[in-house]
Amino acid sequence: MSDPGEYDDAPEIAEEIMAGFRRTTRGVSARFTSGQAGILRNLVAQVAELVGGPGAAEPPPAGGPGEAGEAADGDLPVDLAEILATGGPAAPPEDPVLARLLPDAYGDDPEAAGEFRRYTEQGLRSGKVAAAQTVLATLPSDGGRVRLSAGDAEAWLRSLNDVRLALGVVLGITEDYERELSELDTGDPREAYLHVYDWLTFLQETLVRALR
Amino acid sequence: MSVAPAEVEVERPEAGEDVVPDTPWVTIVWNDPVNLMTYVTYVFQKVFGYAKPRAEKLMLDVHHKGRAVVSSGTRESMERDAEILHGYGLWATVGHDR
Repeated sequence: MSDPGEYDDAPEIAEEIMAGFRRTTRGVSARFTSGQAGILRNLVAQVAELVGGPGAAEPPPAGGPGEAGEAADGDLPVDLAEILATGGPAAPPEDPVLARLLPDAYGDDPEAAGEFRRYTEQGLRSGKVAAAQTVLATLPSDGGRVRLSAGDAEAWLRSLNDVRLALGVVLGITEDYERELSELDTGDPREAYLHVYDWLTFLQETLVRALR
Repeated sequence: MSVAPAEVEVERPEAGEDVVPDTPWVTIVWNDPVNLMTYVTYVFQKVFGYAKPRAEKLMLDVHHKGRAVVSSGTRESMERDAEILHGYGLWATVGHDR
C-alpha cells in the first residue's frame, strides 16, 4: 500500500480515492493507490485465466511485421483451430465460478442448453477475456489516475462485474452480505475478501453512476 | 451457495416440444445476489434501448419477483439476447412465458 504521507496533497488524493469513479470533461476517471491497483489487477487476471486459460491475462501479441510470434514462414496462425471450430463444449462447466460466468441458457432442457453453449461459449469467453485485458491495459500496476473512454468504461463495468460474480460464488455472497460483513467474527478468513468485494461493489456502482 | 443456478428453486418455463407452436419465445432474467440494481438497469437500457422507467421496472421485477421477461420474439433473437446478457454477467435464459 502506498503511504499517503509521501504526498504533499495527501488529503485531496485520499478524498479522490474515496470517491471512486467520477464523470469528467474527458471521460470517467478514478484514482487508485498502488495497493488497490495490485489487488484489482490480480483478481482481473485470475478471472481472465479461469475463463480464457493460461496466458489469457497477457496482452495479445502485436501484429506488426517481424514481431515475435508472427507466423512468418507459412506457419498456421495459432488460433486457426478456433476459426475452423464448428463449436465448443456442450456440457456446463463443473467449476461453480465458471458455471456462473458461463451459465446455461435453458433451465429445463439440457439438450437445448448444450446446443446453445456449443455455439456461444467461445465468444462469451473471449469477450470476458477482452474486457479483462482492457482493465489490465488501462490500470497502471503502481496505481494513479485512470481515465476511461466510453468503450473502455464499458469493458471495466463488465470486468468488475465478472470479478464480483466470481468472488460472490467463492464467498457465498447473499443479498444480505453487508450485514454479514458487519457481524463477522474477527479472524474469519473471508473477512479480507469480503472487504475487497465491498470495495469492488462501490467501485462498480460509482462507475455505472458516472456513465449515466 | 445460493448463487449456483441449479440450486435456485423457482418455477421455470419449459422449452420442450410439447409447447404450442405459436407461443412466443421470451428471454428471462433471473435474480442473483451480486448484480447491482443500477447496473442491471443500465444493461437493460443499453442492450434493449429501453427508456429508463421501463428498464427500472424490469430490474425491480427481477429483484422482487425473482425473474422478469425482458424481451420476446423468435427463438433465434431470444438466444441472441441471452448471449448478450451473459456477456454482461446477467443470468438469462430462453423459454416460453406462461
